[in-house]
Amino acid sequence: MTGLVEHLETPRGADVGRVPAVRTSELVRHFAKTVALAGIDLHVDQGEIYGFLGPNGAGKSTLIRVLCTLLRPNSGHAWVAGHDVVQEPHEVRVRIGVALQEAALDDRQSGRELLTLQGRLYGLRPGEIRGRLDDVLDLVDIGGAIDRRIGTYSGGMKRRLDLAAALVHQPEVLFLDEPTTGLDPQSRERVWAEVKKLNRELGITIFLTTQYLEEADALADRVGIISRGRIVADGPPEVLKRSLRNDLIVAEVSGEDPGVLDRLRQLDVVETVSREKGKIFVSSPSAPVALSPVAIELDKSMLQVHSLTSRSPSLDDVFRKLTGNHIEAEGSET
Amino acid sequence: MSEPLEVRGREAGFLRDLRSVAGRALRQVPREPVSVLSAIFIPGFFYAVNVGALENVARSLGGFSYKAFLLPMAIAFSVTGMSRAQVLVTDIQSGYFDRLCMTPVRRLALLLGLMVADVLVIIALCVPVLAIGLGIGVHFATGVPGILAFIGFSALWGLSFTGLPYAVALKTASPAAVNASYILFFPLFFLSDAVMPKQVLTGWFSAIATYNPITYLLGALRSLILTGWQSRSLLEGLAALAGIGSVSLTLALLALRGRLNRGL
Repeated sequence: MTGLVEHLETPRGADVGRVPAVRTSELVRHFAKTVALAGIDLHVDQGEIYGFLGPNGAGKSTLIRVLCTLLRPNSGHAWVAGHDVVQEPHEVRVRIGVALQEAALDDRQSGRELLTLQGRLYGLRPGEIRGRLDDVLDLVDIGGAIDRRIGTYSGGMKRRLDLAAALVHQPEVLFLDEPTTGLDPQSRERVWAEVKKLNRELGITIFLTTQYLEEADALADRVGIISRGRIVADGPPEVLKRSLRNDLIVAEVSGEDPGVLDRLRQLDVVETVSREKGKIFVSSPSAPVALSPVAIELDKSMLQVHSLTSRSPSLDDVFRKLTGNHIEAEGSET
Repeated sequence: MSEPLEVRGREAGFLRDLRSVAGRALRQVPREPVSVLSAIFIPGFFYAVNVGALENVARSLGGFSYKAFLLPMAIAFSVTGMSRAQVLVTDIQSGYFDRLCMTPVRRLALLLGLMVADVLVIIALCVPVLAIGLGIGVHFATGVPGILAFIGFSALWGLSFTGLPYAVALKTASPAAVNASYILFFPLFFLSDAVMPKQVLTGWFSAIATYNPITYLLGALRSLILTGWQSRSLLEGLAALAGIGSVSLTLALLALRGRLNRGL
């Protein structure tokens, strides 16, 4: 094992003496000239739900594949459940459960056959497998379909079966790569509830990647924001949002008035002003106080104002502040 | 989930991994009966056509039983395509191979388990083809032990050749490329004494057949039917299998290592 203890000199948020569920140090992975991970340092405590947030192509799936022993990093170190992913991949594999972005299943098997095989490969005895199948099927609610061929399952059922397969051996750390991408809102809520239940009732550490801000906000104890292979922010969602301090007023507008942004900036209650794609963003220490003067200034301008709303900062605002881009915009670029 | 964390994952051990992987592959066989039925029908068709067309010619050449002479070719034709390589391609494409690789399963068992399944299917497939041969009057000079040895040789041939489609599957993850890999079987077979005895082959064809390992595999199989236990023929057959098997299995293992290293 490559000395995890030596790498624990600067434990961010870790309990002293407790092995982190996931830790990486200067992790780098590139594919030809494309750098997917550009020196990732992160620390996830046992029992946490850690949300890894970023646009498509930011490096989320690459990181998961390194942590799950499917990809070897070019440099740096990574430990899962206290074991080095390169030096001790077998020790890592028996401790992790993984549900990748696309449900990785064999359509020709029945759900029960797939879960039984999974249990056998994790060394479980037949009696243990039967017991665990009862447990995980209770949890993921596949119902009578368990003896049907997987090829007949809906997308949501496949995702839930994939999750069940990841849980058969009671992993210490569960990796979920974009667990709700492509699911309808109802299925998404259901997966969220299952993730929370796994964490609260079983104490499983959950490392999930997502491109949905509301998902990270709803589930994660802590969020890491990744952009172009680097972590640009890391902390509880509320702390990250509070770090922006200001409320936001968003005006949907059309037309042109070159001077309006400067006039808004001159208002005492306004801190910053920016315009992006038909929207003017005004940040202020207090939206209720700033709303009226901003509305008056916009009314005096040559712009047509379609709506004017105030809200607290979101994780997207944090992302925009740190990278100068929206998550969706950056994703579409990559 | 009332008593959490009682059961924990652990390594199952190589033999259990092998049984698990082979068991999964074998469960699929009766669900896709077309592949097995075609493996009986196509060689059966070739066998019937060749016997019908060439039996009198063969009789004029030396008075041997052409039905018996041709039976090894029918068996070899039948078992050569019996490989789970296409299943492996599907697993790679669907991401299921990755799921398997994230379990503690031994990497070698992922490949050898499929090959074990292939050998068992081949043994099962030999029975109806042999039954056809015996039914039309082929007699084994070596008796029942010879029939068992014949099945053993056939299984070893299937195993020796199957490394090639697995190597292609692991290297390319392409169903078309795997299908193309079976094409190699045809020149290997038809440039041997598969259809006519070596003694009547001439010129360049005879030279190629002399150096073609398939000639010696078929010679070993024929000796069990036609002439009795002949250690020289059997050893030459085993050497031919060892040669082909060592090349194809080495390629398969290198391709497995390459695929895993591309990831790991």
